[in-house]
Amino acid sequence: MTSNDHGDTLAQQVADAADNGTPLCIRGRGSKDFLGRTPKGDVLDLSAHSGIINYEPTELVLTARAGTPLAELEAALSESGQMMPFEPPHFGDASTIGGTIAAGLSGPRRPWAGSARDLILGMRLINGQGENMRFGGEVIKNVAGYDVSRLATGSYGTLGVVLDVSMKVLPLPEAEVSLRLDHTEVDGFNAVEQAFRAGLPVSGAAHDGEQLRVRLSGTKLAVDAGIRHLGGEQDDDPTTFWHALRDHRLPLFTDDGPALWRLSLPPLPDTPDLPGKRLADWGGQQHWLRTDASPEQVFGEAERLGGHATCFRGGDREGDVFQPLSPGVRRLHERVKTAFDPKGILNPGRLYAGI
Amino acid sequence: MASVYRTEDCQFTVDRDALIRRLGEALQGDNLLVDDEAMRPYECDGLSGYRQMPQVVAIPETVEEVRQVLRTCSEMNVPVVARGSGTSLSAGALPHPQGVLLSLARFNQILDIDHDRRIATLQPGVRNLAISEAAAPYGLYYAPDPSSQIACSIGGNVAENAGGVHCLKYGLTVHNVLEVTMITMDGEQVTIGSEALDSPGFDLLAAITGSEGMLGVIVEIKVKLLPNPPTKDVLLAAFNDVETAGNAVAGIIAAGIIPGGLEMMDGPAIQAAEDFVHAGYPTEAAAILICELDGSADDVEAQREHVCRLLEEFGSEDIRVAQNDDEKARFWAGRKAAFPAVGRISPDYYCIDGTIPRRQLAYVLQEMQKLSDDYGLRVVNVFHAGDGNLHPLVLYDGNVPGEFERTEELGGKILELCIAVGGTVTGEHGVGMEKINQMCVQFQTPDLNQFRALKNAFDPQGLLNPGKAIPTLNRCAEFGAMHVHHGELPHPDIPRF
Repeated sequence: MTSNDHGDTLAQQVADAADNGTPLCIRGRGSKDFLGRTPKGDVLDLSAHSGIINYEPTELVLTARAGTPLAELEAALSESGQMMPFEPPHFGDASTIGGTIAAGLSGPRRPWAGSARDLILGMRLINGQGENMRFGGEVIKNVAGYDVSRLATGSYGTLGVVLDVSMKVLPLPEAEVSLRLDHTEVDGFNAVEQAFRAGLPVSGAAHDGEQLRVRLSGTKLAVDAGIRHLGGEQDDDPTTFWHALRDHRLPLFTDDGPALWRLSLPPLPDTPDLPGKRLADWGGQQHWLRTDASPEQVFGEAERLGGHATCFRGGDREGDVFQPLSPGVRRLHERVKTAFDPKGILNPGRLYAGI
Repeated sequence: MASVYRTEDCQFTVDRDALIRRLGEALQGDNLLVDDEAMRPYECDGLSGYRQMPQVVAIPETVEEVRQVLRTCSEMNVPVVARGSGTSLSAGALPHPQGVLLSLARFNQILDIDHDRRIATLQPGVRNLAISEAAAPYGLYYAPDPSSQIACSIGGNVAENAGGVHCLKYGLTVHNVLEVTMITMDGEQVTIGSEALDSPGFDLLAAITGSEGMLGVIVEIKVKLLPNPPTKDVLLAAFNDVETAGNAVAGIIAAGIIPGGLEMMDGPAIQAAEDFVHAGYPTEAAAILICELDGSADDVEAQREHVCRLLEEFGSEDIRVAQNDDEKARFWAGRKAAFPAVGRISPDYYCIDGTIPRRQLAYVLQEMQKLSDDYGLRVVNVFHAGDGNLHPLVLYDGNVPGEFERTEELGGKILELCIAVGGTVTGEHGVGMEKINQMCVQFQTPDLNQFRALKNAFDPQGLLNPGKAIPTLNRCAEFGAMHVHHGELPHPDIPRF
């Protein structure tokens, strides 16, 4: 396994920046520069801090440095018949595990297999004072100390520089199929829920406005039982649609048009009442929307439905990109930010203004 | 006995009469206990070796009363220890000698079972098992099932990030909680998380879960419910030595099978359980594995055949498949009764909770045997084999002077062994007061400082559960003087005296 540990150098760079009050923009290979509010500050480059540190298939644990490309991890895992269950999206070939974890991104399998934060077991992290810290570990059950690894997952680098991550991995399914069914959105997601309750191995459920798409992953017998239960037509290649959805390569994502929004909603929600083209994933709990609606309108509708919205691509990247926080939660964010990054130099403003 | 709290954690100035007067105004009727006799049941939790009387016990009935208690304590600079059912095995709910013990036992209502959306809304004092019982008519259940589930509360489960025997497949509490509403030490109510699958901003829900009552007091919880698997099979396999059983566990997982439960017991644990519940366990075996497979009927059948084949390949000569619900329950009964079964063969026992990478099992068991011989104390092992969580039970007699102290010391050595092989001091029971010294071995100074800074962000006065979970650097300096970690002293930058 390769040895490219730049942890000490990176920690020194952060410590120097803290001394000088220089804001840092933490960057792996830049595949997610479009995400969050406009990046600002001197680039702290993690791309060379790369490589798998430890992978023990029978322990179901993999540890890798932040700059390791997802493709490299997936290749190593598939050699041992395993996978990252949260199905991280690839935004181009350059996506790294560090960026994925910092942004807390999960793919279509998430409702049934868990999210990036669910699968994280431990983390090495540089705080805003340039201190190299280690939390969690390489075992599945571990409750020693506050769960900083999960707290930092999805914090967009504003609490610390993710150096290494340890995560739980799982066996690849023995069989997988992708089905197309002529259900409406509401009926379709209800049918998927009933299939899941019947013990069938659902691993994806999306609706593009025309058709319901369902993926089943498990033993051959279980997948066959799912096909019998749900019916519909099978895709020739069970991965094509789901990878295109995961990586935002479907027309909804690639066509020209207004800002792309993500809505994260409670189970079986009402359909969002917003103009524009929409695709529902996660059994109806994640919606992708291309809309001209104002941020206030989208945030308002997400709140009404009991969830939250993110302006994912395009739109005003200087304003609020993530759902504004309630005053009490906002206050906790400010204090937690100060606890990790007292000088406010790590990705300042990438998540919220002032954080 | 002397207080287990350190002097540095007891630097509060408490005017008890004024505290009683103020809390008496905040709480209605008999919700404040001040007499020793009435407070006695609260002096310890499930780890009864540690005892401490609080100044008073407050048992509020409404969220408003909780807010008033916290506001009052914040204004008077008085520590607060929250308590659910008091089943903690790490003295997490041990009272503070200068503080208020805040019992949430009266928050025992299930507020809603939303069976369509598979969400339960609960008050923190609801018992773990009661959630699954309430969800059962809809074919649903709540997955984390600590062995104390008949008594332990969901509030305590969230505070400790409780586990159970199904964690490998279904996760810990942190994977099953959607939202908590809590009161911060200054009396403010905040809701963290949501019914959606994620929330904007920092994952504060992950920080709260397992924070051992040190960040806020939880007053309402939403958890997700799962459908009962249509089919469950339970297998029991006997092995001639523990290492072979460990290899079989690795073999099952390497074959791509994630069982719903995968438990191991060693010879002495098998014998104790068999004598107690007569489960029909093979008492001559050095180890048994109990494997639960769940899913659709077809799926379970395929997996069962595969697992049986693997168990045989890995050297088990006695493999049994439970033929009916009675037998399934019997296979589990011995495992689930392992602790009380051990309680019958020894006046007292002390349960340890380390996690190790599974491949280190044989080495750890061998080293534990040496420690057991050195200390002259017997150790019996039950093991969540799927996820590497060990529960060695040290047998001792609390009436023999000094034996509890030796047991504690042996427990500490076992935890340090877990750290040395790349594991952790606590898989699911929490640090509490019990494992606080070993935190100095597992974490370095910057990590501990960061924990303290995070605590300070929620509770700047340091009033919630002081002296637990996160050791002070002074404590580590004193404890660390006796320990060397990876060839160097931990926290070398602290003056030693």
